[in-house]
Amino acid sequence: MSVNKLNYILQLADNALIIGHRISEWCGHGPILEQDIAITNTALDHLGQARSLFQYAASLYNELPAEERAAIAPNLNIAADQIADEDTFPYHRDAWDFRNVQLLEQDNKDWAYTVARSFFYDQFTVLHYTALRSSTDASVAAIAEKSLKEAKYHLKWSSEWVIRLGDGTEESHARMQEAINELWAYSGELFMASEADTAMLAEGVATALDKIKTDWFTNVYAILSEATLAMPDANAWMHSGGKTGTHTEHMGFILTELQYVQRAYPNMTW
Amino acid sequence: MSQEWPLWEVFIRSKTGLDHKHVGSLHAADAAMAMENARDVYTRRMEGVSIWVVESKHIHASNPDEADSMYDPANDKVYRHPTFYVLPKEVEYM
Repeated sequence: MSVNKLNYILQLADNALIIGHRISEWCGHGPILEQDIAITNTALDHLGQARSLFQYAASLYNELPAEERAAIAPNLNIAADQIADEDTFPYHRDAWDFRNVQLLEQDNKDWAYTVARSFFYDQFTVLHYTALRSSTDASVAAIAEKSLKEAKYHLKWSSEWVIRLGDGTEESHARMQEAINELWAYSGELFMASEADTAMLAEGVATALDKIKTDWFTNVYAILSEATLAMPDANAWMHSGGKTGTHTEHMGFILTELQYVQRAYPNMTW
Repeated sequence: MSQEWPLWEVFIRSKTGLDHKHVGSLHAADAAMAMENARDVYTRRMEGVSIWVVESKHIHASNPDEADSMYDPANDKVYRHPTFYVLPKEVEYM
């Protein structure tokens, strides 16, 4: 057990939590009833994946040597001798301890932006979970196996929306292209290895992100072509830092809502 | 042009071997979206293993105003039921 492994699991968990929270904001606001239900189902899939991963993260934390736990405990806002559970990580950390990529915390803005963000992430998770099924860590492999089924459906949904809007009217095409272009600079972080990624790759827990990258480009290009959309520059400058706690201004607003009850009434349950 | 997406009727097979049953309707822009909307609206609690969708405009329904002439005449035709006929004793296990 190592801090790197805990951080690696938190990267995965935070990704699932933040995308799930973001798209859950559509609940009751979807463009039509049927899509409102569809996107809310998807939000719950992501939150379900986050739960499995946070439960695993909590068990990893609880197994850490006492001195390593004591070093992290202040970030979790818990006492050094306290046991962590699945709620500890989402509700007790501040923004700089979250390890999700910056892409997922970006604004919903409109349907095209929401679809583009999911599309980039879903293209990634299908490849990522496929590879993680052969992780040397049995828990990671099991979570990947279960999550892959959901991710494949998410990808089908977001890909079809990219095609429908891209190859739709003049306005839908322009707005879909704008969303793809604007969010593009956040897609690169998915493939940048953090210290935790590198350490876990060496142990066979993680998978090589640069291998996934090639397939990601091929698959994204195929859908964008079908959608009559232009593929942004593959060598464009990319934002990064989310995996090590550097976030955009959106993160604070997300946590304000996500953590409100726990901050106002510490340790309350219902 | 109407701003509403077309209406679709949804049929779900709850278990392999059973027939598809009408469960409701929904709006969708095309067949692929109708299929996914049906999945998300009507099978999220494990209700089904197979989905049919058909655009509502392709369903031709009988007219309720003609119910008298359509269905009532069958009412006194008991001989159309197999149980109306007495079976010969030789046909024991029918």
